[in-house]
Amino acid sequence: MRAYTPKDNVQKKPYYTDRYWVAPQVAKHDVSSDDVFVHDLDAIKAKFEVLDAYIQVDQMVVIINAHDNFAIIEMLKNEREYNQLSEMSAIDWLATEGKFEIFYQMLSMSKRKRLRIKCKIDEKESLQSVEKLFRSADWSEREMYDMFGVVVNNHPFMKRILMPDDWEGFPLRKTYPLQGDEFAAWYEVDKIFGKEAREIIGPENRDPARIDRYDTERFSRLGHEVPRGTDITNGEPDTPLVYQEPEGVFLIEKFDAEQSVVISDRHR
Amino acid sequence: MQQSNRLRPFFENITFDRVDNEMILNFGPQHPSAHGQLRLMLHMQQEQITKAHPDIGYLHRGMEKMAENMIYNEFMPTTDRMDYIASSSNNYGFALAVERLIGLEVPRRAKVIRMMLLETNRLMSHLFWLATTALDIGAMTVFLFAFREREYLMDLIEDYCGARLTHSAVRIGGVPLDLPDNFIGDLRKFLDKLPENIKDYEDLLDTNRIWLMRMENVGVISKEMALSWGCSGVMLRASGVEWDIRKEEPYELYDEVEFNVPVSDKGDNYARYKLYMAEMKESAKILYQVLDMYSETEPALMAHAPQYISAPKLDIMTQNYSLMQHFVLVTQGMRPPVGEVYIPTESPKGELGYYINSQGGAYPYRLKLRAPSFWHTGILTDLLPGHYIPDVVSIIGTTNIVFGEVDR
Repeated sequence: MRAYTPKDNVQKKPYYTDRYWVAPQVAKHDVSSDDVFVHDLDAIKAKFEVLDAYIQVDQMVVIINAHDNFAIIEMLKNEREYNQLSEMSAIDWLATEGKFEIFYQMLSMSKRKRLRIKCKIDEKESLQSVEKLFRSADWSEREMYDMFGVVVNNHPFMKRILMPDDWEGFPLRKTYPLQGDEFAAWYEVDKIFGKEAREIIGPENRDPARIDRYDTERFSRLGHEVPRGTDITNGEPDTPLVYQEPEGVFLIEKFDAEQSVVISDRHR
Repeated sequence: MQQSNRLRPFFENITFDRVDNEMILNFGPQHPSAHGQLRLMLHMQQEQITKAHPDIGYLHRGMEKMAENMIYNEFMPTTDRMDYIASSSNNYGFALAVERLIGLEVPRRAKVIRMMLLETNRLMSHLFWLATTALDIGAMTVFLFAFREREYLMDLIEDYCGARLTHSAVRIGGVPLDLPDNFIGDLRKFLDKLPENIKDYEDLLDTNRIWLMRMENVGVISKEMALSWGCSGVMLRASGVEWDIRKEEPYELYDEVEFNVPVSDKGDNYARYKLYMAEMKESAKILYQVLDMYSETEPALMAHAPQYISAPKLDIMTQNYSLMQHFVLVTQGMRPPVGEVYIPTESPKGELGYYINSQGGAYPYRLKLRAPSFWHTGILTDLLPGHYIPDVVSIIGTTNIVFGEVDR
């Protein structure tokens, strides 16, 4: 019986696992240890529900409810001087929790502080766009949709940005294999030559490191030398050696060592 | 008459499909001044742009996906391919993020060498920017001059790590090599000549009538717009925001060196050009100070953290336990603690950030690359309307976008 491989996370797994290994944690500090963040957090807590908050590697992480995202970021921008949204994206937790985690990385230049707002949404749930507050979210949210399929409401142009518009599947989900899926293997063939050319061309090799043992058309081949295009699936035929004919080839004289001058000193 | 066996007249780049005189012009993806694979769909009224729609993704290689399937050290050469004009700064950003995740302190000599690499890369990147932008505008001489100087720096980097473009010259936990003997002397020689070179460029460009017409009051980015679009680096500083991550959130030895952050409040192409020139001078200033620091450092190059970083080669070859740890680190990879970091660094293009979410495994659970050029391309949507076709070229030039970084 073939070994079962889980389909909900097809990313590379470590070959060696240590069942007694307990991974250490990056230290989480209490928010009250920082004078600036504690006020920011109080301001958020006064109006909204905060699920968790801590400081990790000098940045505050605030975990909120997904439906509060616009209001909280609006407040941070207008009242707490967080004037740039440097980054936002999603993390795929579908395999373990069935949710996406969205993070907003914000920067306050006047306070020299960075904080991260995080929230979780279900797979089919959509999110409120913050594009009205920060134009940078325009492209970030499109990228998030492109890569994860997280739909954002009230976005002016919710289309794919990096992948082609007619692409199927969301490449950064854990269910999506690194080499691409069935659709990806046929995409260019279908697009350029049409579906009817599938039989002739075959699927795209999306693993550039793959070597086909029986391919004599391309350069990578193991085994003996055979003429190009020979079918070697049932073993390699003996290729007879062909020598130059005894009279010699037209215009080409055979090398005669006695009649030749051999130059031993190249600087002569 | 239309003959059925002949191709119909077909304007490759132009479609006329509106009655209101609006024309859609397709700029790129194979346009020489698009600096890579940028496609712009420009809605035009006569010569004026009314709407711009940048289309990216032609160089998308899925680096974030690749990162999830690689051990941390394996990903280092991939980061080279982001901003391939200054690849050491990408290497460095990634190394720093992993180091902060683990909580590593890097030896001082490694810091000094990293600073040298970072600033040399900044010079290389700015020289490349100057060369290509000037060429786009038509200044062939500046292109040749700037490439000559960049060539010298590339040779210098080649002396250090053997590569000219994709350096991979930084490791997680330090740097792989000490400086070769000629490095400091050669770099000093270059730096001594640099002011002369910069003066040459400025003499050619500063008061050049064509250059001024193409640059002044073209592509004006307001402060609000720059902040809202997530601009960073020169794009932000040219719009009057004094924000340099090297200064505000110093990493490595940037808090020990003296340098100024040039700022302009004009926000136009010319302001950005002036800032690039000023930044080159500041980089030279930093490099002089770092060169002096080098001789005072201890020879250690890699941090000592057996759980994460391989021991020095001598230990690996002589001590069995170091060899075993090295074997495990190479075959299985280091396993950083559970947690997440977002570490910004000031790359030549702007804020280069790495977000890493580690679940304690040998592969990052999620790695997000925050590349500055991504937003500097996005801002074209709002920046180009109102401008004319020739302005598009100079604006793309001064945004200094690199498509390895935009598409990742």
